[in-house]
Amino acid sequence: MATTTLPVKEEKRFHEEEALITGAEAIAVACKLANVDVVTAYPIRPYDTVMQYMSQLIADGEMDCEFIVAESENSQFEIVKQASACGARTFCGSSGIGWMYAMEVLTVAPALRVPLVALVGNRALDDPGAFGVEHNDALAVRDLGWLLNWVDTAQEALDTALIAYRVAEDPRILVPLAISCDGAFLTHSQALVKVPSAEQVKEFLPRYNRGDLLLHPDNVISVAPQCNEDWVMEIRRQNYEVTERACDVIREAYADSERIFGRKYGNPFFEEYMTEDADVVLFGMGTLSTPVEVAIRKLRAQGKKVGFVRLRWFRPFAGPEIAKALERFRAIGVIDRDLSLGSPDLSGVVATELRSAMYSNAATRPPVIGFICGLGGREVTVPDVEKMTDTIFQAAQGKAQPLTQWIGLRG
Amino acid sequence: MGQLFAIEIIYRGVFQKTLAKNISRGIVLAAHEEGKPGISFGRYGDSPERNGIPAKSFAIVASDAETLQLGMAHYEPNQVDVSVVLDDTLCKGYESWAWGGIHAVNQAVKPGGTLIVTSTQNAEALLKLIHRRAQPYKLGIVKGIASNSGMWVYKNDHTDVRVLAAIAKALPELVSQKSIETYINKSLKDALKVTSARTAYERFNTVEVQPGVGNPEELLHFDLLKWEEMGPGVAIKGQPQGGPYEDPVTHKLGGFRPVRNEQFKKFTTRSARPVVNFETCTKCTLCWLNCPDGSFDLAPDGTYDANLEACCGCGICEAICPIEHCITMVNEAKFRDNNSQWAWFKKDKAGYLAWLNTAIASAEKESERTHGFRYRGQYKEQVPQALEIARKG
Repeated sequence: MATTTLPVKEEKRFHEEEALITGAEAIAVACKLANVDVVTAYPIRPYDTVMQYMSQLIADGEMDCEFIVAESENSQFEIVKQASACGARTFCGSSGIGWMYAMEVLTVAPALRVPLVALVGNRALDDPGAFGVEHNDALAVRDLGWLLNWVDTAQEALDTALIAYRVAEDPRILVPLAISCDGAFLTHSQALVKVPSAEQVKEFLPRYNRGDLLLHPDNVISVAPQCNEDWVMEIRRQNYEVTERACDVIREAYADSERIFGRKYGNPFFEEYMTEDADVVLFGMGTLSTPVEVAIRKLRAQGKKVGFVRLRWFRPFAGPEIAKALERFRAIGVIDRDLSLGSPDLSGVVATELRSAMYSNAATRPPVIGFICGLGGREVTVPDVEKMTDTIFQAAQGKAQPLTQWIGLRG
Repeated sequence: MGQLFAIEIIYRGVFQKTLAKNISRGIVLAAHEEGKPGISFGRYGDSPERNGIPAKSFAIVASDAETLQLGMAHYEPNQVDVSVVLDDTLCKGYESWAWGGIHAVNQAVKPGGTLIVTSTQNAEALLKLIHRRAQPYKLGIVKGIASNSGMWVYKNDHTDVRVLAAIAKALPELVSQKSIETYINKSLKDALKVTSARTAYERFNTVEVQPGVGNPEELLHFDLLKWEEMGPGVAIKGQPQGGPYEDPVTHKLGGFRPVRNEQFKKFTTRSARPVVNFETCTKCTLCWLNCPDGSFDLAPDGTYDANLEACCGCGICEAICPIEHCITMVNEAKFRDNNSQWAWFKKDKAGYLAWLNTAIASAEKESERTHGFRYRGQYKEQVPQALEIARKG
């Protein structure tokens, strides 16, 4: 494989390699670089590429860790929960209904303050059994104290996985974190990725240290005894504080990532594309940026000033910052690759969340139109994006639009 | 906008998964030697990665990153510069993961683009299988038997680099033979593979296929239902039960043929089909009981007839049949239709049995059988054979 030196950094202190790998494989490489101690696996597509690649790295002698094939997703997450409490850096992941089968463990992990890092290869929930991307799997834990982000490219997957360990294991945080990669579109697409050196990672990522929370014979503690109304609210408040602190910790991690690895991600929470002079914007998560950006270039050639804001971190949802960035546009179209059935306006999760974030400032509240699109792995096409853009331009001109619209549906 | 190239590789799920991936990776890495960015990906789903089911791998390469994004905006390209078919039995058509009917292997090839097939047959024979179309294209053959392996093993018989060299010759604007060789030296580190690629490059050539030339068969197509037309509850109405059918000679009703789904033919999964000797059949029922797809019809005379619209070609019937050569798997490329063998046998016993003996003899000679390896050490034996074909061209 071709090798190259850092393109961005002036001083070439480190030696980077380049690899043709998928988004899921990029996460496996990050785990190798992070020197993960315990990995648990249970097969389900599309997440499982990560476990296949990691077993190959172990077999080739490039990676050394406990690789445990569990008998179910529930055990898979239970094992890393215990290992993390004992001070091991862990990795695991799942997709769709497999992630849901681990739900009991996913629920308890945040309160126990175990900094699990997981990959969710986003997949439609059964039934019907389908392999394509839908975001409702990872979003199922959105209210439980997990940190959640969505990445767009294999390079971003690798860089974000390193950031994930740094953020989750920060003593101010210590909660589980899931990185979402769109099934197939990212988990199974191989792109050229710059792989940082072990020295760079060492500089970026400190050792995992649980301090007094370490479950060890030399540090006698009892974790999660039964308690009731006398304690629960205070425990919840601790997790609440974590999510409040998380934005600052994430900002610090991105700044260090940029300094050490030389790749600029700008605002950690969202990425803006052609927004400077935009009248309206589209808003969404994951790989839909590809058709959206191509469509935007086409629409701009026709004089339509439209931009795109791609949300990276859904939890924490950087509400005030996002609202401030979006209030200047005349209308916003949110593309949801998920459902929130029965929600206000029957919109998707992201549209509902964004409306809530923008509600408090009544003076600057552009219309937010929700689009349900690309479910179950259906492609979000350039014509789909053009159609959605037309709708938000109508809304910007004060013509009332249905608040939720299905795009790309047969019928 | 810069230059954009799209290559698709149509392969047999599982058996050729690693091969297809190695080819699409090879394209991207070789083009990267020329400074062109690219992405290699597969279209997975439930069925494509079951045994033998047609699947696709893609390589999208562009002259610059922005053009590459344009190429990726439609994840699965409608039009490609080159389609590669890694098993010539796929030339009969493939059933896609989205169950939209059966598709022709040349369907996505741009007008004037190239279809590359690995085969021991010639272009004339292949064009009896490949469907005709309105726009001209080029057809090139990389001589060789279909390179099958398993989920966890890869048969390193140089098919990957020979196909890469053919692509370089068909589309030099995408990648030069020199870059292919640089990629092989750097990534595969195998000097013999460079020789194989160079030989394949020198020998590869194409024929022009004129509009309307090819298999005239109309492909199965149907429209998917709209959401309001579908019933609720993810429930699919069952087929009627089926019943007895007619003996073509005596015209008496007998046996049992189940009604099968008209919109899901399944036979494009097949790279070999069972041929049945109805004379030696003892009516033991084992093939009928063990066929995972229920593809045997109980004939009016009590023997069992593999329904070739429904058979996936897995070979379980051959393995389970207690009578030698009563059921034999024969390479699918030898057949032009899916007609009932039993009806032929009934109408022309002598003719059928004579044909059956040739079919069995050809199956015995075939070094390559469907569905991966059959015995330990098979690949080890096959690689020299494949290399011999590669050398001879």
